[in-house]
Amino acid sequence: MSRGTLSFDVAHLLAGSLVLVSFVQLYQDRLYALLNTFALHALILAASVAWQAFVQDASHLYLTALIALIFKAIIIPTALHRIIVRLGIHREIETVVGVGLTMLLGMGLVALSMVVMLRVTAEADPLAREDLAFALSVVLLGLLMMVTRRNAVSQVVGFMSLENGLVLAATGAKGMPLVVEISVAFSVLIAFIVIGIFLFRIRERFDSVDVQALDRFRGERR
Amino acid sequence: MIDALSGVLLIPAIAAALLAALPGYRLTARLNVLAALATFATAASLFFVEPKSGPYLLIDDLNKVFIVLTTFVGFTTTVFSASYIGHEIEVGRLTPTYVRFYHAMYQTLMFAMNLALVANNIGLMWVAIELATLTTVLMVGIYRTHEALEAAWKYFILGSVGIALALFGTILVYMAARPVLGEGLAAMVWTELMTAAQKFDPALLNLAFVFLLLGYGTKVGLAPLHAWLPDAHAEGPTPISAVLSGLLLNVALYALLRFKMLLALNPAAIAPGPLMVMMGLISCLFAAFMLYRRRDIKRMFAYSSIEHMGIIVFAFGMGGALANFAGLLHMTMHSLTKSAIFFAVGHIAQVKGTQKIAAMGGLTATHPVLGWGLVLGVVAIAGLPPFGIFMSEFLVVSSSFARQPLLAIPLALGIIIALGGLFLRLNTIAFGEPRGPVAPAQASYLPMFAHLAMVFVAGIYIPPTLVAGFQNVARLLG
Repeated sequence: MSRGTLSFDVAHLLAGSLVLVSFVQLYQDRLYALLNTFALHALILAASVAWQAFVQDASHLYLTALIALIFKAIIIPTALHRIIVRLGIHREIETVVGVGLTMLLGMGLVALSMVVMLRVTAEADPLAREDLAFALSVVLLGLLMMVTRRNAVSQVVGFMSLENGLVLAATGAKGMPLVVEISVAFSVLIAFIVIGIFLFRIRERFDSVDVQALDRFRGERR
Repeated sequence: MIDALSGVLLIPAIAAALLAALPGYRLTARLNVLAALATFATAASLFFVEPKSGPYLLIDDLNKVFIVLTTFVGFTTTVFSASYIGHEIEVGRLTPTYVRFYHAMYQTLMFAMNLALVANNIGLMWVAIELATLTTVLMVGIYRTHEALEAAWKYFILGSVGIALALFGTILVYMAARPVLGEGLAAMVWTELMTAAQKFDPALLNLAFVFLLLGYGTKVGLAPLHAWLPDAHAEGPTPISAVLSGLLLNVALYALLRFKMLLALNPAAIAPGPLMVMMGLISCLFAAFMLYRRRDIKRMFAYSSIEHMGIIVFAFGMGGALANFAGLLHMTMHSLTKSAIFFAVGHIAQVKGTQKIAAMGGLTATHPVLGWGLVLGVVAIAGLPPFGIFMSEFLVVSSSFARQPLLAIPLALGIIIALGGLFLRLNTIAFGEPRGPVAPAQASYLPMFAHLAMVFVAGIYIPPTLVAGFQNVARLLG
């Protein structure tokens, strides 16, 4: 690091907290709590990106941080919150695997990404190196969450925390052009589509009182 | 300045905007065909006047082949789509608003695929493939039935995971290139990357390729990452199944091939070939066995697509001028044949009112043109002479027998097993007692038979200029 050890330590702390919050997400068994944890996740991401913007003197990264803050930490959790209330599904999340096993798997994944990334990037500069290792951990934990949850909301949250990991990686890669903005724009689009599909899906599943539709569903099932 | 390179992007983009605004499906269906034809004509002109590549857009011999194939099948599919959609509106499965949306999305998909093919920037390419994924997700779910939404959801989740892994791989490539090419745009531009690839950190490149193979491999439909593919093919509108199978899988494969070329330039990096050979072989064998238990006609041909993508990835993984040539030829033939089959299947499913194989039968008696069209298509896709797929499969198998006989045996086995599975079902569908409605089909047979005729001719005679072009590309692929 060119700017001394403080900038490194702060970046390290923020990226590490992101991994920690990913772990916290893994064992949230209520949707409200899960959304709140995700908001925290996005908040830490925003702080981390803003810090990278400051350290790298890359002003365009502030925009990324702002989008993460406003969109991911505020708008999306609020919107999902409302959807959950309206659908009345704010009870427990069904996890496919138990909490203990999930945590163990998560630890295994983090260990894996540390071993892989730190060994591979031995020559890269230390900040980018650790950032990438943390980012990969967040990505893998997001994947794990998508696999272990059956509920659509928690899958979406898993996917968004996976995206957060990608943004962390992209901002850690110093001077990466264009892509940060574009990928953030896409994450916005994705989130919109997710909510759209999600709404339709829920309507199909819970609100349909059309018996014929139910019959057709049963008849077509393989 | 507008040249052919920006033309293949601008025409679909403008058409998408127009189609989103215009009402009336008869008009928009025609406009859709017209726009696709114009895009194809523009793409074909790339062979005569080669525009200059810039930092964002690139044209070379490799992507020319892909662009022309994409725009051609894109064009013929619009012709099929026009009659298919007409029927869907008649029976009320789609409302005019959804059709407007469908047409706009179709052109957006063409735009995204062309952008992925001409992108000179690995980030831009990723964005384009993501856009293509999102548009197809929306189109797969267009019928709004329970199954369609579930298929779209599954496709969306698995596709996004794949796309996310690919982005991680892309970031790693940038990290590998940054110390050599410096910070900023240059480290993401294909033409720059290719010149400096031998100086990149091989460990980072290796890791990047693993992520890219898993990420884009999901989009190619390689086993065990294929789970989205059969559902997406079965539940969406059939023109989209044709485009998915015939084109989108190729576009993802193109991205993979570019990265393979990059890795091949670095002597210290792992050879990407064996990984691709392994995944190709697994996909081919797995899909061949899966063909036997299919009850839904579109799912069956979706599995057949997985099998053929496996063969193609196998061929490119083997590498060398001959195997690459065979892979390219097989890719072209598969695109043409599989879309022709889906054209037939689309009309058959409309006539019968279902996609279940058990509810179909004796098609050659009740609907001779459709039935025999399907028979010809299946004969072609199963790899029987005199069709072009026989040629390309023969080339793939024989060229690998010469180098790695142990790898060629399971591949040949997979092809034969798939042949058995396809004919087993074809027998039920095309021959025997007629089952289901026998009302005449209102179909446009032209696209289907045009494709089949091309595949037939290619099995007997390939023009020397085409051979020379493919050989040139095969050399490029290394």
